[in-house]
Amino acid sequence: MKRMKLVMVGNGMAGVRTLEELLKIAPDLYEITVFGAEPYANYNRILLSPVLAGEQTIKDIMLNDVDWYAQNGITLHLNKKITRIDRKNRTVHAEDGTSAAYDRLILATGSNPFMLPVPGNDLQGVISFRDIHDVDAMIEASAKFKHAVVIGGGLLGLEAANGLKLRGMDVTVVHLPQSLMERQLDPTGSQMLQKSLEDKGLKFLMGKQTEQLIGKEGRVAAVRFKDGSEVPADLVVMAVGIRPNTTLAESAGIHCNRGIVVNDTMQTYDPRVYAIGECVSHRGIAYGLVAPLFEMAKVCANHLAEYGIGRYTGSVTSTKLKVTGIELFSAGDYLGGEGTDNLLLSDPKSGLYKKLVLKDNKLVGAVLYGESADGNWYFKLMREGTDVSALRNRLLFGETHLGDAGHGGQSKAAAMQDSDQVCDCNGVCKGAIVKAIVTKGLFTLDDVKAHTKAAASCGSCTGLVEQILSHTLGGEYSAPEAKPLCKCTDYTHDQVRAAIREQKLTSIPQVMSQLEWKRADGCPSCRPALNYYLISTWPREAKDDYQSRFINERAHGNIQKDGTYSVIPRLWGGSVTVDQLRTIADAAEKFKVPEVKLTGGQRIDMLGVKKEDLPEMWGFLAERGLVSGHAYGKALRTVKTCVGSDWCRFGVQDSTQMGIDLEEMTWGSWTPHKFKMAVSGCPRNCAEATIKDFGVVGIDSGWELHVGGNGGVKVRATDLLCRVATREEVLEYAAAFMQIYREEARYLERTAPWVERVGLAYIKARVVDDAEGRAAAYQRFLESQEIYKFDPWAERAKGVDKHEFTPLKVVAG
Amino acid sequence: MTAVVEIVTQEQWIEVGSVSDIPKDGARVVKTPLGDIAVFRNMQDEIFALRDQCPHKGGPLSQGIIYGKTVACPLHNWNIALDTGMAVAPDEGCAASFPVRVEGETVFLSLTPNEGCPGK
Repeated sequence: MKRMKLVMVGNGMAGVRTLEELLKIAPDLYEITVFGAEPYANYNRILLSPVLAGEQTIKDIMLNDVDWYAQNGITLHLNKKITRIDRKNRTVHAEDGTSAAYDRLILATGSNPFMLPVPGNDLQGVISFRDIHDVDAMIEASAKFKHAVVIGGGLLGLEAANGLKLRGMDVTVVHLPQSLMERQLDPTGSQMLQKSLEDKGLKFLMGKQTEQLIGKEGRVAAVRFKDGSEVPADLVVMAVGIRPNTTLAESAGIHCNRGIVVNDTMQTYDPRVYAIGECVSHRGIAYGLVAPLFEMAKVCANHLAEYGIGRYTGSVTSTKLKVTGIELFSAGDYLGGEGTDNLLLSDPKSGLYKKLVLKDNKLVGAVLYGESADGNWYFKLMREGTDVSALRNRLLFGETHLGDAGHGGQSKAAAMQDSDQVCDCNGVCKGAIVKAIVTKGLFTLDDVKAHTKAAASCGSCTGLVEQILSHTLGGEYSAPEAKPLCKCTDYTHDQVRAAIREQKLTSIPQVMSQLEWKRADGCPSCRPALNYYLISTWPREAKDDYQSRFINERAHGNIQKDGTYSVIPRLWGGSVTVDQLRTIADAAEKFKVPEVKLTGGQRIDMLGVKKEDLPEMWGFLAERGLVSGHAYGKALRTVKTCVGSDWCRFGVQDSTQMGIDLEEMTWGSWTPHKFKMAVSGCPRNCAEATIKDFGVVGIDSGWELHVGGNGGVKVRATDLLCRVATREEVLEYAAAFMQIYREEARYLERTAPWVERVGLAYIKARVVDDAEGRAAAYQRFLESQEIYKFDPWAERAKGVDKHEFTPLKVVAG
Repeated sequence: MTAVVEIVTQEQWIEVGSVSDIPKDGARVVKTPLGDIAVFRNMQDEIFALRDQCPHKGGPLSQGIIYGKTVACPLHNWNIALDTGMAVAPDEGCAASFPVRVEGETVFLSLTPNEGCPGK
């Protein structure tokens, strides 16, 4: 097949990202030609500030060198500015006479710095802060001259000022409004920022309007203001804003309105012509941050690859200032207005300021100064539109929970040394992460996980890694609002799930063909998720797909580091008889179990069993009445209990029996992630029910029900759901909560983050207030249990999945 | 020279079972005096053989999830290419791959690893 011709005008981050995305999904569809006006290949423009500050070099920040273009068969024209598009003949023409024909054209012309129209703005030493050329000019000037003036107290201007100061210049920042970064910060935040920058030695002239740049022998020498005052200046950096570069598009008659106007698939009014990046106006907004631009790139690549489904619908953005030692984060509607409530925490002495803006019980904006560890969490709450009414009284204090493991008390990534360990599971230091972000061109948490393994195990350092990422890249990192389920699709978990329900899809191949999966066979992320969504939505109709389950759920045991398995029989409600103990002892002896251990969930774990021995051992246990404890599954794990009123002198309810009843109802049920319960017989709560997914606490008048607790990496105490009077009610509420979690949480989402995401108010509305809905959910749970409540061990002891447990062949020595 | 090589390799082909003994997108283990070898079958019924040891921490690759021509290790989710045994970037390392031959329904395995993964 003859390839179509794709031409791209512009060679910046958004454009090249589009090509990368396109090559991933349709490597052979196009013959690609790129025109760049700069003499460089693609570099990471947002890291120019650290280069200026002397923290990185130009070499470090190259994203795609010229070899990359050659390797991918892309014709690259550097230093060639396209001046004309002939849409009729579908050809672009460069200044030097080079031309190229196209079937599809991408305009990625970026933006131009705005130069104040004042006399003297063309003097030598008057520059912008936009590209490598500008940075070189600033570095050169800092070696020869003393006085620098930065006009513009926004993000870019402050970063330029900071860099020039670090290079030894005497720097004055001139800003027309009365407060710095007024587009990202409220006045209090601005004042605190100004104070700390002044402490770093920067000078500020606020509310000053520049009238003229005064020259001396062709070079700038001073800046004069409207009020008649003057400051000396050997270098003037204009950082008063950027303008989408639409000159070329306009000259070709393509509709522009403060940016090249595009639709949700990044097409201009000429559908053969796409536009992407800072030159674009999408639904009236021009974006300048990397995350939205990369989202656009993905959509544009999808459309070029003739996958029609991706749409770009706009982004909420967040900002972080990349000035070493200053923690500043802002996002959304941080000023607030009619109908909003502001939550404020102000502690000027310790340099702490937090402002959260709420509207209709949702977080809509945030400003954090001094400590921005929770920035990503707030941003997530904003993107997800979580109902925060139940969190309101502690929202300001952030996400951190008491007793979180594994972060060594660190919450401020900026204050950490390069040699400080961030990821305690994989032993990764801050310096290694920063180096990988810069030199390997990483932009997302997933990138960092893949390249450094930081945050790739238990995940307790995820927040720190996100902070390092945003501090290095300047907040321009942010996850897309709705993350696709995996790389095989653009649909989110929720969309896939809705399709399974609404279109009654009952098998993985059906889902993949209906939703146009990009990889025929899926991947280890989507297949287990799809399998779970299918069997939880259609327990009767969908067939459990064995090969799409993780090994633990295939082999019905937990794989250990040496490839052996653990065997944990179910001990109902944590109660055990003498006969059961004897059986376990006999099994351990008969199968030469190297270690027997008590688990945290009141069970007995036999460790180190060879896979080949599993079915026989299970048969042995099954004959004596013991069944699988599902300690290996995304499933109901255990119901832990205290002794309760049968024995305990304080007990007010029979917690042991309640635990047994709950476990008998729920065992064998598959859930998005593991699900643990506990029942305590009195408020002393010896069974620790308030750190379980569903916790029950006996009280004199009945039972208290708690949800969404977690005792792992992130300790989270439960939220109180309600009080009920009877055993039957406990069972019904438990099943209904569990069923709604099963139906609505995303695969691998524990109840704790799920409850936080949807909000306790929502859970209460569904489980407590809506009696009819609760009864129906209870019913659906019981129906699903008719299919899935069975002992997988006994089945396998009888020969099911025999191939799983026997070698294909034994070759004699 | 060619003739000699052929005789040697012919001697080394071992019949290990039939294609249908291995589930689609699944794997079985062949136990040998030199250690376990994982024999994989993907959705397209292609058969591959790798040493049953992930280059990362030695996890049994035969227990992983198979997709396309890749297996994800069950221990820490490294992805290993079934045809070459190479870890998928950015991870680095390899598991030795072994020649397999399918005649009709029968799978033959050679215990002499392919070149390209020294020391494994």
